[in-house]
Amino acid sequence: MRINSFFYSVRQGIKNIWRNKMFSVASIATMCACIFLFGLFYIIVNNFQAMVRESEEGVAVSVFFEPGISQEQIDEIGVLIGKRAEVARCEFISADEAWEKYKEDYFEGSEEAAAGFAENPLANSASYQIYLNDVSMQDALVTYLESVDGIRDVHHSEVAANTLSDFNSLIGYISVGIILILLVVAVFLISNTVTVGISVRREEIAIMKLIGATDSFVRAPFVVEGILIGLIGSGLPLILLYFLYNRVVVYISDKFNFFSNIMSFIPAGTLFARLVPIALALGIGIGFLGSRLTVRRHLNV
Amino acid sequence: MIKLEHVSKSYTKGVPAIDDISLHIQEGEFVFVVGDSGSGKSTLIKLLLKELEPTSGTITINKRNLSAIHKKQIPKYRRNVGVVFQDFRLLKDRNVYENVAFAQKVIGMPNRRIKSNVPRVLSMVGLAAKYKSVPSQLSGGEQQRVAIARALVNEPKILLADELTGNLDPNNSWEIMKLLEEINKRGTTVVVVTHNMEIVRAMKKRVIRMKKGVIVSDDTGGLGDEN
Ligand SMILES: Nc1ncnc2c1ncn2[C@@H]1O[C@H](COP(=O)(O)OP(=O)(O)O)[C@@H](O)[C@H]1O
Ligand SMILES: [Mg+2]
Repeated sequence: MRINSFFYSVRQGIKNIWRNKMFSVASIATMCACIFLFGLFYIIVNNFQAMVRESEEGVAVSVFFEPGISQEQIDEIGVLIGKRAEVARCEFISADEAWEKYKEDYFEGSEEAAAGFAENPLANSASYQIYLNDVSMQDALVTYLESVDGIRDVHHSEVAANTLSDFNSLIGYISVGIILILLVVAVFLISNTVTVGISVRREEIAIMKLIGATDSFVRAPFVVEGILIGLIGSGLPLILLYFLYNRVVVYISDKFNFFSNIMSFIPAGTLFARLVPIALALGIGIGFLGSRLTVRRHLNV
Repeated sequence: MIKLEHVSKSYTKGVPAIDDISLHIQEGEFVFVVGDSGSGKSTLIKLLLKELEPTSGTITINKRNLSAIHKKQIPKYRRNVGVVFQDFRLLKDRNVYENVAFAQKVIGMPNRRIKSNVPRVLSMVGLAAKYKSVPSQLSGGEQQRVAIARALVNEPKILLADELTGNLDPNNSWEIMKLLEEINKRGTTVVVVTHNMEIVRAMKKRVIRMKKGVIVSDDTGGLGDEN
């Protein structure tokens, strides 16, 4: 297509939208709603996943040993654990380190009380802190660890792990469902808009064909119309979401600053650097698809 | 230039609108096609535009067999054939200039060329001064001139006209015919379908008379009388 024809198509596409305001507005609005919700879920799911990942870091399985176990045996167990696929990281905490940590946590400011202990009261508390790749694999690991010789006790937080991963996938399913429904509605509306545009311009199309317009020349303005609807319909909600996100993050961090340890939001820049291209591609893709299919069906050219 | 060999066309099976027509029109000729309503004149024009496919027979235009032209190549083919109709078929929401320029945009002509080509054909059809008017502000004759300008701006080798004076008064009809004669003198092959026997007789061109889908007379003398 020549550059001339390209600008012609874009201008005609804009004219189509303008002439056909009611349908165009309806399509753009649906598209906006669709992309807005998509963006919203994207933001929620991503932030949530980030938080889960962070708390997963905190969700560790602690392994304590039989009394009187030798350091060699402990090292052997460490090697066994390290071989497991679900294990991200495994840290050894000696009894002395455990005591140091305990003193830091509970005797802060009253060190003389701690000094009253002549020997380490946590002598049997050497442990491995195991951090997982994925919380959902925790059960399997715990079962395995309990069967290993030399291990006295395995501590883990079953509830936290399961709720986190369940909730995460629930949000995922709901959002995918809603977005799919909206996508169908958006494609349907764009298709309707283009159909109306075509029927209004039947005569013009017939004339174009008589003077020797190629198929793509006849089709292009309608496809441009669809793409523009997609572009506007995804651009507007993105701008809105960007401002909303910044506001909400500031608001929540302000009002609920006791939360801020657990809730750390992904910075808007990082988040939108990924969301913007995805949402724009989605919007333009839907617009293109909706109009291209319709043009193919109604413009037998 | 235009050659039909045993061409038939039936819209419904067994009822031919064009019935085994053979015809040869030379390059640079001016030909009238006359006949009663329903005799197949418009069908003939549509066949030449490759809007319709013949049921049988061969049509050759400019040494090209039309049935060998692929669907995708039809637009390119049509750019060599200008066409005007009784109802003008102008874009009502665009002015004279834009209507003519449109034909050039469709074929991807650069803007610079469009800007020089359009005024040239508009002055040829005598409408240079009204380039800003929209069709509703023009008389029938003027609208038909715009249609002719649009058909000519891409410099086709052939100009087809289907009842182009059907909506015009005698004066305007005459002027349009004179314009077509002028165009023909510049080398374009012109085929005019018409009812207006007065004009046909006065112009003294070749006249092909059709009846019920067949050619009943082909008169180079220019009278095209009924018998
Ligand atoms: N689209 C069509 N479908 C069926 N029959 C048609 C169609 N167009 C024309 N006809 C028939 O074909 C015959 C020739 O029509 P046409 O070529 O329009 O004649 P003319 O232009 O000489 O008046 C007529 O009998 C007409 O009824
Ligand atoms: Mg007719």
